[in-house]
Amino acid sequence: MGVNHWPTRRELLAGSGALFAWSQMPRIARAEGRDPRLLVVILRGALDGLGAVAPVGDPDWVALRGDRALLLDGKPPALPLDAFFALNPAMPNLHRLYKSGKAAIVHATATPYRERSHFDGQDVLESGFTRPGATASGWLNRALLAMESGGGVDPRGSRALGIGSVTPLVVRGSAPVMTWVPQRLLPASQDTQNRLLDLYQHTDPKLATVLQARMKLASLGGAPGTGDPMSDDPTLMPPGAARVRAYFAEAAGTAARYLAKPDGPRVGAMGFVGWDTHIAEGAASGQLYNLLGALDGAFAAIESNMGEVWHETVVAVVTEFGRTARINGTQGTDHGTGTVAFLIGGGLAGGRVIADWPGLKPAQLLEDRDLKPTTDLRAVLKGLLRDHLRVEEKVLAETVFPGSTDVKPMGGLVG
Amino acid sequence: MSNSAKAEAVLALHRFGMGPRPGSIAAIGTDPRGALIAELDRPLVLTAAAVLPTSAKAFRTVADANARRTARVKQAQQQARKQQMAAAAPAMSEDQAQAQGQEKQGQAQDKDAAEIAAKQAAEAVPDPGRPMYLQEAKLRTEAALAADIGFAERLVWFWSNHFCVSANKIQSMSGAYEREAVRANALGRFVDLLLAVEGHPAMLFYLDNLESMGANSIAGINRSRGLNENIAREIMELHTVGVRTGYTQDDVISFANVMTGWTLVPPGADPQHGGEFTFNPRLHEPGGQTVLGKRYEQEDAEQGRAVLRDLAAHPATATHVATKLARHFVADEPPPVLIEQMAKTFRDTEGDLKQVAIAMVSSDEAWRGPPSKLKRPSEWVVGVVRATGITTVDPVRYTGGQELLGEALWRPSAPKGYPDDEASWIDGVGRRLDIANNFAERITGMADPQVIIEDVFASEIAQEVKQAVGRAESRQQALALLFMSADFQRR
Repeated sequence: MGVNHWPTRRELLAGSGALFAWSQMPRIARAEGRDPRLLVVILRGALDGLGAVAPVGDPDWVALRGDRALLLDGKPPALPLDAFFALNPAMPNLHRLYKSGKAAIVHATATPYRERSHFDGQDVLESGFTRPGATASGWLNRALLAMESGGGVDPRGSRALGIGSVTPLVVRGSAPVMTWVPQRLLPASQDTQNRLLDLYQHTDPKLATVLQARMKLASLGGAPGTGDPMSDDPTLMPPGAARVRAYFAEAAGTAARYLAKPDGPRVGAMGFVGWDTHIAEGAASGQLYNLLGALDGAFAAIESNMGEVWHETVVAVVTEFGRTARINGTQGTDHGTGTVAFLIGGGLAGGRVIADWPGLKPAQLLEDRDLKPTTDLRAVLKGLLRDHLRVEEKVLAETVFPGSTDVKPMGGLVG
Repeated sequence: MSNSAKAEAVLALHRFGMGPRPGSIAAIGTDPRGALIAELDRPLVLTAAAVLPTSAKAFRTVADANARRTARVKQAQQQARKQQMAAAAPAMSEDQAQAQGQEKQGQAQDKDAAEIAAKQAAEAVPDPGRPMYLQEAKLRTEAALAADIGFAERLVWFWSNHFCVSANKIQSMSGAYEREAVRANALGRFVDLLLAVEGHPAMLFYLDNLESMGANSIAGINRSRGLNENIAREIMELHTVGVRTGYTQDDVISFANVMTGWTLVPPGADPQHGGEFTFNPRLHEPGGQTVLGKRYEQEDAEQGRAVLRDLAAHPATATHVATKLARHFVADEPPPVLIEQMAKTFRDTEGDLKQVAIAMVSSDEAWRGPPSKLKRPSEWVVGVVRATGITTVDPVRYTGGQELLGEALWRPSAPKGYPDDEASWIDGVGRRLDIANNFAERITGMADPQVIIEDVFASEIAQEVKQAVGRAESRQQALALLFMSADFQRR
């Protein structure tokens, strides 16, 4: 299945849903001879920041997570980032980028949203407003418009890229969006299967038995990193981690290929689902490990497909909120608050974990349950938009992230 | 509407219809049984199908294309052979040894060239059967999506599967066959349905009756060929009295002799009527035949019609049909009382299929059991799509999905049709998850799981499912869980 074709009109099952046809290509931010790219990746379902980037130097860490805590001498061992933090062992690419200064990690961060609904949380994350349901456009699209009208950059118009059947809200808005839909079928996530199994166990034991058998088969079939031996037809493959990896890599790699084109779009957004790890989270081996591995593979695909423009690239990987600091009763974690954001790209001044660490003692947790957010995610995003895309600070505070005057853009993220 | 009325309305839609769709619970009102019966009074015509070709026309179109293709291929091969000879000529004058070597090589190349030319010529005339199949599939599916309840459409599906043909063998006619023979008679008398399907060219083609001729018929003597028992056996075993109901091998042979001569007009011979049913006396075994102890002395197609009429009226047929209907609609092991009620209606009304259907939904036995019947893939898919309010279908995607789920439309692997029991389908539920997940992703922008639960299902969904939907990490996941829930899988 080719991924080199341009996005074209497409139709949903209903016969509607044709989006923007491809026409004139955009260029933005040519001022200073730069031609920057920004890709936003939304992890839907709320990533467990502590399961991704562990504070191994915090004296309360092991007590908090017990035998589920990632450790430098764990099995497998976590990858050291600095004296305090270590990275999930599923992410060797991110570790390599970090070591070469091309990746940064923001920890204990969150949007201004303080409730725990996925849908509302994603709405705040992507709209850039402080409350859910406030608008139908996203901050990335409005940033693009601001650049168009601001006059400081290329005036020939701009265009954004959305990956997936549903264009992420963050990139929706008045600026035209072109879309590309991955050819592969994304298998139902491990999390979806777990939930369905749980549902069947409570409502239909026979269906539970069948689903369980299928999940067992899949776990035998697809170790991460291996190709699927069964079939070229994605719909016939077992729903293993290999399929998730393939999907992530194809989607992210294709986004990068478009952004890399001399006359292609300059900003894009995509979402990956499956991060709502309530049951059997499996940070060191299991569903979170597999998902982070797939994300790590997506990073490699982006770096590789960006090619010569990698040095002008920034990728921001964000999620709606974090998860409970402690493990719950089903070896998973529930909805929380503070989490991590990954920033990668050749344009980044990385090699560091940016965190005003709140600590993990009960009194230091938010409501005695969540990692307390100490960095407003909007500061990070505003920093990237100002220093990488050259969006004016005033516009950022008024239209891109309305009501964020007090949240100063974080400086020094871009090299 | 009271909660129990709502529950009965939802059960009516799942068990006897195509599943709830926006507005369908209101359409059923407070009297689901009455609404089911009322639906049977509406005409069961696919008005949109007026533009589609008849089965005979479809058959001729494919036959014409096949003939054109054959001619093109032959022409291409002849041309390639001419070029080959022209190219080979100079080599003859050269040195012997060298020439031999070159000739061999040259022949191999020319053979390849001829094959490529033939392949290209064949591809230049595509099979018109596939687009006709897809168009028929689209209209049939859209009728199921648009029906208020879909009880009548379910009956069409049932009888189409009971009297199945396979598009793998006769693609051009598969959809038109259902319209002409099954749909037109699904609410009529069983004997008329039986006469229509067994006399339909698609069935005669599918069950090899075109090849069958009496050993003592004119054609049989001249061509030294004879009987094919296939249609006679399947009519008795599958379509009417049912297996092990007392017929013998001799009955099968006699009945097969009776059916000789039931064939179709050759499409090449008659551009007007090619592909239509005809009785060819030259193929027919002369003389009387004894089937199930009765002597049939008729001389032509009337002989076969007489046997079919008697088979339709046979008491075993009533029981066979009632059992199969009850198993399909109500439970894998349907209550014997219900079967007897339906069989009695069948006998009392001389096989009035509408009355049998009414007897079924009027019986408390048909409503008593919990929704434990696993939906077949086709029923589940259409139920999922109906719940979203979508009414149009991309037939390529739709038929592809059904094939993935093991129930390719009009393509059962044997004349028995697709099975109707849980054991046959339950292992495929895992694959339904792939389809549900993918469909949920496609429609996540236009379908709200809460609206489906509250408006389409009137909240008649298990509490556990509502919770799982409410806690889902995304709308896509919520939809996938909803579609996969037992509320959608069972009826």
